[in-house]
Amino acid sequence: MAKPKIATASLAGCFGCHMSLLDIDDRILKLVELVDFDKSPVDDIKKFTGRCAVGLIEGGCCNEENVHNLQYFRENCDILISVGECAIMGGIPAMRNNIPLKECLDEAYLNGPTVYNPSGKIPGDKELPLILDRVYPCHEVVKMDYYLPGCPPPADLLWQALVALLENKPMDLPYEVIKYD
Amino acid sequence: MSDKIKFTMDGVEIEATQGQTIMQAADEAGIYIPRLCAHKDLLPFGSCRVCTVMVNDRPQAACTQPVSPGMAVDSETPELNDIRRSIVEMLFVEGNHYCAFCEKSGNCELQALGYRLGMLAPRYPYMFNKHDVDASHPDIYIDHNRCILCGRCVRSSKELDGKNVFQFVGRGIHKRVAFNSDTDLSGTDVSVTDRAIENCPVGAILKKRSAYAVPIGKRKYDSQPIGSDIESRKAAVKQS
Repeated sequence: MAKPKIATASLAGCFGCHMSLLDIDDRILKLVELVDFDKSPVDDIKKFTGRCAVGLIEGGCCNEENVHNLQYFRENCDILISVGECAIMGGIPAMRNNIPLKECLDEAYLNGPTVYNPSGKIPGDKELPLILDRVYPCHEVVKMDYYLPGCPPPADLLWQALVALLENKPMDLPYEVIKYD
Repeated sequence: MSDKIKFTMDGVEIEATQGQTIMQAADEAGIYIPRLCAHKDLLPFGSCRVCTVMVNDRPQAACTQPVSPGMAVDSETPELNDIRRSIVEMLFVEGNHYCAFCEKSGNCELQALGYRLGMLAPRYPYMFNKHDVDASHPDIYIDHNRCILCGRCVRSSKELDGKNVFQFVGRGIHKRVAFNSDTDLSGTDVSVTDRAIENCPVGAILKKRSAYAVPIGKRKYDSQPIGSDIESRKAAVKQS
């Protein structure tokens, strides 16, 4: 029987959650025995090659590309999981959420004390994904099936949750591994 | 005449002293009822409703309701814990609680209740309201983003410090903690040793230059759920 496939993505995140996944140390060898990686920065596969059992999403949605990517994952994954505080509540990028977008862009590209921008314009190239009015948690954009909190979630949490899912067992996660920081 | 009475908590008979609240009696018996605004050194306030229990099938705040003989109290039920979690979730979406960099993380009672009650993500949409930070005082700062309006600072200042530094202003979503000052926090007679500072359950009122002193893994709620200290009394109560 073919191994189940998992996919991962980092939206508006820092890749810290992916680092935490690598932090499972030698269990990564067992993980490769358990699953195949599909679309993921880990193997640099850009497009889904087939249906995935589990999708791990790091980061919230700060631009339209994040939204499209998240919807693409929802279409191709049976179980979609918000991994880490940014996916769950926006995280550090969401600190801009109570500041008007124009003020943020003006500060970043025009008025900030260290800005060097001879054009005097805010970047607006068509190739750049359009930035959203605020940063959205993943579950406010598509249906998410599970949440693994932490900044980053501990490697033990990611490992135990993944193994439970793949072996079709209930998630019986110990107190120590579920933390919001 | 004895002033001892008996009532049941989740079907188990408990002895209490006449005049105690349900919460005080439960604490003595080693039964933890989740709470946020209640503090053992402060008068009962009954504002957060996290300690809601069913008394003879009617909801009551355990921190304000006195015990009476024969009452049947339910606390650890899935329904009540779901209501408690929903209150905690509302507090999380109403403020801006970035646990990742908050100095109180690991020692925060709101966060610890989230852990104990099994909150993974709030069921309500985040509001991202705008709140101010007042860092004008040389030793203390207040971050309204993290304030849950429990009133512990207001009450501690009055009841324990003999001052009147903090007070609520505004109503509903506009309610916030204000200072007894014409200017800002530095214009009050607050002191870094005030009980009002240490009794803040979250990271809203903090002492400056004291952050991150305890490493991750050794903080108050890193390995023990909130209420474990009270529950550990249960074994002692049984033995005696």
